[in-house]
Amino acid sequence: MFIAKSIKTFGSYLLLMRRVFARPESGRIFMRQTMREIFQLGIDSIPIVLLISFFIGAVICIQMKLNIENAWMPKFVVGYATREIMLLEFSSSIMCLILAGKVGSNITSEIGTMRVTQQIDALEIMGVNSANFLIMPKVTALIAMIPILVIFSIVAGIVGAYAIGFFTGIMTPDDLTCGLQYEFQQWYIWCSIIKAIFFAYIITSVASFYGYTVEGGSIEVGKASTDSVVSCSALILFADIVLTQLLMQ
Amino acid sequence: MIEIQNIHKQFGTQTVLNNISATFEEGQTSLIIGQSGAGKTVLLKCIVGLLDPEKGKVLYDGRNALTFNKKERHLLRREMGMLFQSAALFDSMSVLENVMFPLDMFSTKTYNERLKRARFCLERVNLLDAQDKSPEELSGGMQKRAAIARAIALEPRYLFCDEPNSGLDPKTSLIIDELIHGITKEYNITTIVNTHDMNSVMNIGDHILFLAGGEISWEGNKDDILHTDNKLLNDFLFSSEILRRVAGEK
Repeated sequence: MFIAKSIKTFGSYLLLMRRVFARPESGRIFMRQTMREIFQLGIDSIPIVLLISFFIGAVICIQMKLNIENAWMPKFVVGYATREIMLLEFSSSIMCLILAGKVGSNITSEIGTMRVTQQIDALEIMGVNSANFLIMPKVTALIAMIPILVIFSIVAGIVGAYAIGFFTGIMTPDDLTCGLQYEFQQWYIWCSIIKAIFFAYIITSVASFYGYTVEGGSIEVGKASTDSVVSCSALILFADIVLTQLLMQ
Repeated sequence: MIEIQNIHKQFGTQTVLNNISATFEEGQTSLIIGQSGAGKTVLLKCIVGLLDPEKGKVLYDGRNALTFNKKERHLLRREMGMLFQSAALFDSMSVLENVMFPLDMFSTKTYNERLKRARFCLERVNLLDAQDKSPEELSGGMQKRAAIARAIALEPRYLFCDEPNSGLDPKTSLIIDELIHGITKEYNITTIVNTHDMNSVMNIGDHILFLAGGEISWEGNKDDILHTDNKLLNDFLFSSEILRRVAGEK
């Protein structure tokens, strides 16, 4: 029963995506909508990304210092471990899990409300491909913005690590800088961006699917928002395993 | 002109529409009336193409919309305007942007021409002063008027209204009814209105279909409706105490 329902849901998702990835009816309106979504989904997410990344960077630095302090361990390891955690997992996967909550629920509730208030029917009656009009700009906008958010997150995390070193004196900036530069591989930044692009697609498409297929009223919209965040998170974690395996080999 | 022939629609084992046939003429306001659950909304959705009936034909000036491919259906929809029960204005846009939207999407006119057309439509529904407001700042009646302006922006040949007076007071309902009726006559549009508002029936019912149990139980106009001996229709019409008293006095 569960498997049959999952296959049916996946089939409905694929059919919706076929309608989403069609040629927009008006390039001008598509650009206008995409710019609006860049602000709503991308620019508006910058403060939370900076805030969380800053504090997580600081906390990782403290934890590393406290847990791996050893006479045999070089001091720069703290900076090295902080960089690796921020680059490889936090700024892509964990940040996207946070965005799944913020952006995903926003998308589901917006499109779901449009569905239950007949705004999507109004678009269809006008002869507009509503799936393309509503979902494609969101997917495009978040995919375009996610590399910037990843870079901001990495930078904020490292600034957080420096800040905790400076304010508490647990590390000297030189030790931290040494660790941050130790065996640095540029490919890790690309890995982080590539993973985040896949996660951005998951967040926007899955959240839109839940919103677009809502039936009922406000309670169902709320339920769809919750379901969409849960599904996005699970899919991001699953995709993280696959992508990490593929990219880090 | 819209013609429906032998429309049959069912959900699971429940038949909602059974062999419905009717003709809706240009320049006439046709009303579909009936109790809640009689199948009015399903019939309207079958006509506009939001639902596909199991059997039957929906002919738009002789063209069977049910055999259209996706592209033809989209082109047909550009000839339609629809007023929804909830007005369905786009929350993220101002009133003017709502009316401009179909023009921006499909019109080849310049920006100034599109703006002029949108303002003309808003003026037609007496809402030009509210053009910069957002939909949530408008009253229910104003939202319906804005939705009418948006529906007529592309000069549609067919206008559909689903419960246009739902949630409105009798005076505002009258304004909306007269607006729909006036536009229908002025632009010679084929208009179909789904309603259970008796004021609308008596004001603008050029052609009335009474649905009961998924079938057409009675067909006529506003002059005939009070003289019918159809028991189901009379029960429906005189379910209001006021109407019963007025009919009793007469």
